[in-house]
Order: sequence, then structure tokens, then C-alpha cells
Amino acid sequence: MNRKGEKTVNRQRIHTDPQHYNYLTEKLSPPSKLGSGLLRAFWVGGLICVLGQAIADAGVAFLKLSTTDGYSLAAIVLVFLTALLTGIGVFDKIGKYAGAGSFVPISGFANAMVSPALEFRREGLVLGLGAKLFTIAGPVLVYGIGASVLVGLIYAILFH
Amino acid sequence: MALKRIGQQTIALPLRPALCAGAAYVGKKEGEGPLGESFDFVTQDELYGQQSFEQAEKQLYLDAIRKAIEKAGMKESEIQFLLGGDLLNQIITASFSARELGIPFIGLYGACSTMSESLSLGAMLLDGEHASQVVCAASSHFCTAERQYRFPLEFGNQRTPTAQWTVTGAGATVLSLSPRKPPMARLSQVCMGRVVDLGVTDANNMGAAMAPAAADTLLSLFDDTHTTPADYDLIVTGDLGQVGHDLLMQLMREQRMPLPQDKYRDCGLMIYDDAQDTHAGGSGCGCSATVLNAHLLPRLESGELERIIFMSTGALMSLTSSQQGESIPGIAHAVVLESPKRKE
Amino acid sequence: MIWSWLWMYLKVFLVGGAICCIGELLCLLTKLTPARILVIFILAGVVLSAVGLYAPLVEFAGAGATVPLTGFGHSLSQGVIHAVQEKGWLGAFTGGLTATAGGIAAAVFFGTLVAFICKPKAK
Repeated sequence: MNRKGEKTVNRQRIHTDPQHYNYLTEKLSPPSKLGSGLLRAFWVGGLICVLGQAIADAGVAFLKLSTTDGYSLAAIVLVFLTALLTGIGVFDKIGKYAGAGSFVPISGFANAMVSPALEFRREGLVLGLGAKLFTIAGPVLVYGIGASVLVGLIYAILFH
Repeated sequence: MALKRIGQQTIALPLRPALCAGAAYVGKKEGEGPLGESFDFVTQDELYGQQSFEQAEKQLYLDAIRKAIEKAGMKESEIQFLLGGDLLNQIITASFSARELGIPFIGLYGACSTMSESLSLGAMLLDGEHASQVVCAASSHFCTAERQYRFPLEFGNQRTPTAQWTVTGAGATVLSLSPRKPPMARLSQVCMGRVVDLGVTDANNMGAAMAPAAADTLLSLFDDTHTTPADYDLIVTGDLGQVGHDLLMQLMREQRMPLPQDKYRDCGLMIYDDAQDTHAGGSGCGCSATVLNAHLLPRLESGELERIIFMSTGALMSLTSSQQGESIPGIAHAVVLESPKRKE
Repeated sequence: MIWSWLWMYLKVFLVGGAICCIGELLCLLTKLTPARILVIFILAGVVLSAVGLYAPLVEFAGAGATVPLTGFGHSLSQGVIHAVQEKGWLGAFTGGLTATAGGIAAAVFFGTLVAFICKPKAK
């Protein structure tokens, strides 16, 4: 069967239909370990957020920042730490352990930008580093910014 | 004219070309695996002294070919064809190696099935007396394959339990009609596979995508040659991994041609052990290429194995086809290898 | 004093961890890639914030709600809404990026810097 579901000419010796094979594949493929995966994501993700809170609190206390600016500072510092850990080859190990625990926080966004930049540096500074910086994180910005503009326009129409 | 074909898909090679010598160059992780002792060279540095991982893979490829030719007691100038391929776009590893070797080059792309594909075609060239010495080679490199097919190395993602680990390694085999030294094995039959696709779309479960093609080629070979698994000492698949291994056993049971547990092995499961955390096992052209040359050929040479089926398996998808939602077509080519000590 | 402080950090930990768990569930139960999950999270953040559901969570859990990518979406949304209040419809285009400029600029800058200094390592 091809993608559109049309039957292709069958000269094959093996006469297993795709539905049956799909059933076999699911039966014989090992499942992901849900319990330990969730636990790891939970404590690492929680810890990164606690670190963010500590940075924000420190910014408010020592740099006299507003609460919002405190959270911006937390984002910047977490991005810096992630870039550093990615560069020295540690972040991929954290990611392997924690899964969503490290890629859902802002650290995942930073890692998604730094890792391709690092990897494709050899393909040049412009089309390698410069362009590949956004290969994984680009869609996040595209849809995030796109949606926010839409929200802003709707808000402008409704309340102005 | 008497055709050398038997049955629908199988070709008999009456001259039984000799596999004179083989070489396998691998990376650190493979060197730490169960077959670590048998490889010709284990590099501790994944860059292999080069500037990029692509160059490193090319150098492994080149060195494996040169080592195999040297072990066969031949000179580069005596080799009439280089047949080979790899996983990278436009098979740059193979063609850039050929740029340095100056041997007439036939570039092949069969994804991970390249080793048995090149052996099949090389043996046919010899049996047709179009050449007297050829070299066949295939390679893969974890770091080059990862960045082309999946994610950057430093990207912190989790691999699924069905994912396989691309082998860093290159294998090369010299085939000849008139070997200088006693041959390691002889190649008697070739079964070129059809592309089979049962609709698997998960690029992290390539074993499942390739198993139906492996079953199809095996059934054709048994059918055409009127043999059963009992006629072989070992049936070895390329890189089906744990999931593909189990699926192939199941498919063969359903087709009433069950593979005995002790007679069926997969290179992807031989090259790493469980402690190496590769999930479902090894994959890549280099997987079957290095296991054949470092492990299977010496066992055939010693007579420990008398007759085996060696079948590399390939998943013929690209990043583009995966992103467009296409399912993954599989392919498998089988060769029958016989020990020189085998009595007719 | 110390108890309210501890309570705050416990809230941060629990809410942040729970949001990551939702991501891990999506990851394990569906075959979505991390890139897709990140897109889903930022969209969820933008939408939840726009309808006024995310701000209470930030109020409750602080960085537990702002550090996950949904918080990034929340900043985008709040940014445009404030900008629209000040400048009218023009704000819809300027507000989002202004509010999130810190994180994005940091990622671009540090990413480039690290790419200049470090090399990717084999596993």
C-alpha cells in the first residue's frame, strides 16, 4: 500500500497485510518507561524552575528590579547556563536523563539554539552557524510570535 | 544461453568468487563491545585525527580498504573495481575515498544494506569474468549520521526504546577469482531483494520497517534454492536490532519457515552489549560491514561455520520523505557464503 | 517568614515539575518530537495567557510558571496586550518581541559565542 492507500502491485512473497504487521510491531516494540520518565522530568524540571525563582528573587533584592524584570533576568541567566553546559557537552546528558524536564523549561529553548549552531559551525559562519541557529527553535519563535500578534490584533479590535 | 538464474530472484555463481581478505576499522564504542578484540583497528578519537566527522568517516573507509587489499597480498593497482557506499547524502564517504584510490568506482546506495549489495554486485562482476579482483566496502559514522538524519550531537533529547545506535565503522572485503592466499570464504549464491513496505512510518523504529523486506528476501532464497534454515549453520541479518529481530522471527513463523533460535543472529545485536545503552542495538552500513569482516569471515575461514546466509538490511528513507509523512521502504540483499573447508 | 519563603519555593517546584510532566507525557505517549512539543507549549502559553488563565498561575507559582516555555508564551501575550493598551493596534506587532527580547537575544548571543569557542563531542 502506498501513502494514499492505493494498492500497489504485489509480487512479494511475504503476504502480511499492513494492519496485521502494525499490530505485530506494537506488540513486539518495548514501551517507554512511563513512571521513571515522569519522575525524572518532574524533579529536574521543578529544580530548574526553583533555580529560576532564586535568580529572580536575587535580582529583585540586590539589583532593585521589578518582578517582571526579575523573571527576564532569570530567563537570561538560565539561557546562559544552558549555553555553557551545551558547549562543554553536559546538557545532552541532562536531557537524556530528564527528557521534558530539561527541554520544556527555557533551558530547552536555549539548547535547541546552541546545539545546532555548535554542530554546523563547520559549514561556515553564515549558512552554517548563522542559519542553523534557528533549525529547531525557529518554529517556536514563528508560532509564538505569530500567535501573539493575532492575540494583540483581536485585543485591539475588541477593546479599542 | 544458459542463464545463471535459479528461481525468481536468486543467482548462482558457478565460479564461486573467493573472499580473500577483509578489514574492519571502528570507533571507540564498538571497540568496547563484545567484538572489540576482532577489529583491525579501534580509533579512540571519533574525529580520527581529521577536521570534521565526515572526513573522519572517509579516512576510516579509506584505511579499511587499504588494509583489506594489503591483507589479500595485493596492490591497489591490481584492483579493478571499487564497489561501495555509505549513508551520507550523495555517498560522499565512498566517492571521496575513491578520489584518493584511483580504482574505477561504482557508487552504491542501499542504505544499511550496502555491504551485501556491494558483495552481490562484486561477485557477479567476477563470475561474469568482467573483473578478476574487486573490493567492496561500506561505512557509517554515528556523528555524521546523527546530524544528517536526526538531531545535533549536543541536543538534549531522549531516544525511544526502539531507537538504534549508528555504528561508527568501515568494513572492506577483497573478492577475487584467483586468490593469492587461501581464501577466507567463497560466495556461491546471491539473492537481490525487493523493496517491501508494510507502512511503518516511525523513523525511530527502523528494525520494524526493515523486517518484512528481510523476511521476503529469505523466503525467496529458500524457495529458489529449495533449502530451509536447516541447510545453513547461521543466518545473519544486518541491523534489524532487537525489535526487527523479534519481528523477523515472528514473520518467518507465520510463513511456516521458522528460524531456529540458535541459527539466527543480527549484527546489530552482536556488536554492542546491553550495558552500552544503545536501546534496540546497532544500525548503519558499518554495522554489518564490520561484523562480517571482523567476526564472520574468520569463523568461515576456520571452518567453524560452513555455510551461512549474510543479509544486510536497509531502510530507504530520507529526512525529506520522513517529514512528508511517507512510510519507510525496506530492502534486504542476501549472499550465501561458504567455508573453504566445506566438503561438497 | 522562613515558612512563607519555603512554601513559595515548594509551589515553584511543584508547578514547574508538573508542567514538565505534561511535556514528558506528550513525549512518551504520542510520537511527537521535542520540537513539536515546544511549539505546542508556546502556543498553549499564548492562548491561556490571552484568555486570562495563565496570569493567576504566575501569581501563584512565580518562576514555576514563567520558566517553562508556556511562560514564554505568557510573556509574548502580556507584552502585546500592554502594548496595544498604550499604542493601539501597532502594539500587536511590537509588544510581543519587546517583552521577550531578553531571552531571545541571550539565546542568539550565547549560542553564537559558544559555537565559536566549543566543539561538538561524540557520545
